[in-house]
Amino acid sequence: MKKRSEVLYFTLRNKKLLIGSGIILIFLILALIGPSFTQYKPLDYASPRGAEPPSAKFWMGTTFFGQDVFSQFVNGLRATFVVGLLGGGLGTLVGMLIGFTAGYRGGIVDEILNAFTNIVLVIPTLAVLLIIAAYLQVRSLMMECLFIGLTAWPWAARAIRAQTFSLRTRDFVDLAKLSGMKPLRIIRDEIAPNMMSYLVLVFILQFGGAILTAATLDFIGLGPTNTISLGLMMQYAVLWGALPFGMWWWFVPPGLAITAIVGALYSMNVGLDEIFNPKLREI
Amino acid sequence: MGLKVENLTVYYQTLRGDVRALEHASFQLADGEIMGLAGESGCGKPPLGHSLIVLFPPMKYIAGRVEVDGEEIPIWDAEGMNTYRFRKISLIPQYAMNAMNPIRKIGKMIGELLEARGVDYKDMLPELKRRLDLVSLPHEVLNMYPIELSGGMKQRMVMVISSLLNPSLLIADEITSALDVATQKAVAEMLVEFRERQFINNLIVITHDISILYQIADSILIMYAGVLAEKAPTKSIIESPRHPYTRLLISSLPEVGVRFAEKRLMGIPGNPPLLLNPPAGCRFRERCPLAYERCLEEPPFIEVDKDHFVACWKEYENHAQAR
Amino acid sequence: MLRLDKVSKIYRVGAFGGKALLAVNKVSFEVHKGQVVSLIGESGSGKSTIGKMILRLLKPSEGKITYNGEDIGGFEGEALKNYYRQVQGVFQDPFSSYNPIFKADRIFRVVHEEFFPQVSAAEWGERVEKALSSVGLNPAHVLNKYPHQLSGGQLQRFLIARALLLNISFLVADEIISMLDASTRIDVLNLLADLKAYGLSILFITHDLSLAYYISEQAVILYKGNVAEQGAVEKIFNNPLHPYTRMLMESVPRLDRKWEKGVRLVDRDVENLRTGCPYYQRCPVAEPRCALSQPPLVEVEQDHWVACVHYESGADVLKPPALAG
Ligand SMILES: Nc1ncnc2c1ncn2[C@@H]1O[C@H](COP(=O)(O)OP(=O)(O)OP(=O)(O)O)[C@@H](O)[C@H]1O
Ligand code: SF4
Ligand code: SF4
Ligand SMILES: [Mg+2]
Repeated sequence: MKKRSEVLYFTLRNKKLLIGSGIILIFLILALIGPSFTQYKPLDYASPRGAEPPSAKFWMGTTFFGQDVFSQFVNGLRATFVVGLLGGGLGTLVGMLIGFTAGYRGGIVDEILNAFTNIVLVIPTLAVLLIIAAYLQVRSLMMECLFIGLTAWPWAARAIRAQTFSLRTRDFVDLAKLSGMKPLRIIRDEIAPNMMSYLVLVFILQFGGAILTAATLDFIGLGPTNTISLGLMMQYAVLWGALPFGMWWWFVPPGLAITAIVGALYSMNVGLDEIFNPKLREI
Repeated sequence: MGLKVENLTVYYQTLRGDVRALEHASFQLADGEIMGLAGESGCGKPPLGHSLIVLFPPMKYIAGRVEVDGEEIPIWDAEGMNTYRFRKISLIPQYAMNAMNPIRKIGKMIGELLEARGVDYKDMLPELKRRLDLVSLPHEVLNMYPIELSGGMKQRMVMVISSLLNPSLLIADEITSALDVATQKAVAEMLVEFRERQFINNLIVITHDISILYQIADSILIMYAGVLAEKAPTKSIIESPRHPYTRLLISSLPEVGVRFAEKRLMGIPGNPPLLLNPPAGCRFRERCPLAYERCLEEPPFIEVDKDHFVACWKEYENHAQAR
Repeated sequence: MLRLDKVSKIYRVGAFGGKALLAVNKVSFEVHKGQVVSLIGESGSGKSTIGKMILRLLKPSEGKITYNGEDIGGFEGEALKNYYRQVQGVFQDPFSSYNPIFKADRIFRVVHEEFFPQVSAAEWGERVEKALSSVGLNPAHVLNKYPHQLSGGQLQRFLIARALLLNISFLVADEIISMLDASTRIDVLNLLADLKAYGLSILFITHDLSLAYYISEQAVILYKGNVAEQGAVEKIFNNPLHPYTRMLMESVPRLDRKWEKGVRLVDRDVENLRTGCPYYQRCPVAEPRCALSQPPLVEVEQDHWVACVHYESGADVLKPPALAG
């Protein structure tokens, strides 16, 4: 009870967390309800003219080909959140699986998993992706999520392993063993709940990381081929000369949104850290 | 002149209000007196010890004055205290083991510490070496990192550093509790030796282990729930305690030679009160077997015998009658 | 009932586990029904390691631990659970024994789920209340609270109550009172003594000699993982023979006697001593032969064993070599 209200107290007082989550919330709402405000599909050629600045009809103007930028933007936001949620979520899950197992088991299991983690860590992600891209003609958003999740987990695994390592030597874990609890249950019911705040942080960082990676992949042309995303928007904008022609409405919104979302996530991360870690609290 | 503490009151600030950790503490130490400070956890030992050296948030100075050798110490002024720390008042912290910067060689660290106080390391070196000899540490430790020392060695090292500038008052905070009995004894005896050689004038030893105090302290101050309960020469506290709390505390200590089968010792029933809203009157009231109506008022800390102070109405009345 | 037979534990330490640390070396003792055996030694002497091996939280590197004649190393699954029905532990730090984010009484729920799923919730509640009362706690005051809302003494009693719910016959009590205040200490100690009267056997791990003497019949004095002296408590306390035990008895702060002055603290340079008496480095009465081989544990009088060359023949029991001077 007391502890809860204390956390709540600091949550409500923490500007970094409030601002960060406020920004995320605004973008999330935009991504959720935005598409219903426009009758154009993101890839449809809505306007015969193209390259129009923002107007009452096209709130964010049109692309070189006459596509509605607003529609692209809100749908791209959706894709961005999907990548963050699924890619980041997958990375967190794999990281938890490996980290908990290595940290709790220790010994030889730990050494093997550690070696595996290190290998994945040094594999050049881009090279692998180029190879995959060469084989597959049509790439989907889901595949991108899968790929990001499966390459981003190593540092999450390391962080979780270290935490598990220190928690499993605590007396309450020994006591759980003396109660005949099975390892899986000990991890789930005793260790993981103690790291909840930590796991949330890991997820937030994975979320932000996945968004950035996706934007990078899209921007260099390794993104999905059948949808729109903020990264793809930027790629097309640059590719079709939005910069020299001064079509700021094409590239500024996606660039700003990615920066704002990732920035907000990191700000949330710092804020949460302060809330969970009493030593960092500003009194 | 020793140490004089008058009406010292220090609170801890928390979200739910002030924790009244130390209230109306008044006592004096004669020249050269070694005083033990004992009591249960949460009784106010650390606030008393720490407020004499660094009073930082969440600790809050409320009232009171402190004099060392007749000079007033501005304990409410963290900046102003810099002049007095190490020189006049010094502390051996509880976790001395961790108090040293792990990536600095010990000699270098001492050099920086002295420099900050305008003392030259070279000038100090002969004396430093003499003191290392005294605590049986080889001179090489100055070229070592703290991690290379064992717990007992670190403890002795910190003792040397804390007392290097011959502070008038040295406070040792639970420094023996993590040591095994042999090292414990060696460290405790060295503290007495420091006084004997007049490196320090007064020593306050904070501990929950009263039997150590019996070995080295001249007097013992017993605290309960943030207030002073009793202060008297060591022998009186151990053999003829007057405050009901002290009596129960002493009789609950198991001694080598006492066996359960022969004599069942008794603890003190109940728990100390929370200091967020301590009960009015005597704070031991709820656990005191002698409590009566008058205990609803706070008993004064008075001298009932020579050098024997007690805060208890029963003793107050006995004393008034005797006069 | 519980027997350790030449039990050793080697830890792998250092980078890549390259170094071996002999934390416990061929320790043997037995705890009978209704008996309290004290395991005494300074920090790092291997006391907790022994406790954890008995609780199957660590595997001995050598030797065997048997419970009622059965090797506990062989227990798996149901057999292990059955072992834990009878053998339980309480640890040094009451606060670290609780998962800080759950209410303290969750430890009872876990026991209910794991060991007594067939018992109804209502009946279990009654049993918990009874166990709490028998350790001197008022259930209404202590149930439904978070660990930080309870005192160390209350938490420690909770753990003992948890062990009682299992109806155990052996308890490993690892420094369970060192974190408690003097006034609470004695209550917990008395509680253990009362339980013993009902037939509970206890391994009482401590570095406090007066506590060991207060409660136990047998004592094992451990130095760096080796048994220095072991046997009946009265014999060891009234006639300590091993130089280490005597040093301990001499330095323990007492309220009835001041420390003796001028006892030599020895610190011999023994960089590479692999053989020899483990206490050689600090022993004030060592002889050259002490560095050559480790003295065996010898029974110098009935139920009193010492590992020191001065007593190899069992002689000189009444006049140990002087430590001071
Ligand atoms: N998991 C571990 N890995 C490596 N070394 C260990 C481990 N646990 C304990 N040790 C070492 O084994 C020795 C014995 O440790 P143990 O915890 O059994 O001592 P103890 O007698 O219980 O000490 P204390 O009184 O401090 O609790 C120590 O030197 C310790 O550093
Ligand atoms: S003042 Fe009253 S309650 Fe307090 S110790 Fe004395 S008799 Fe007990
Ligand atoms: S064997 Fe030698 S070194 Fe060991 S305790 Fe006896 S006298 Fe001392
Ligand atoms: Mg231990």
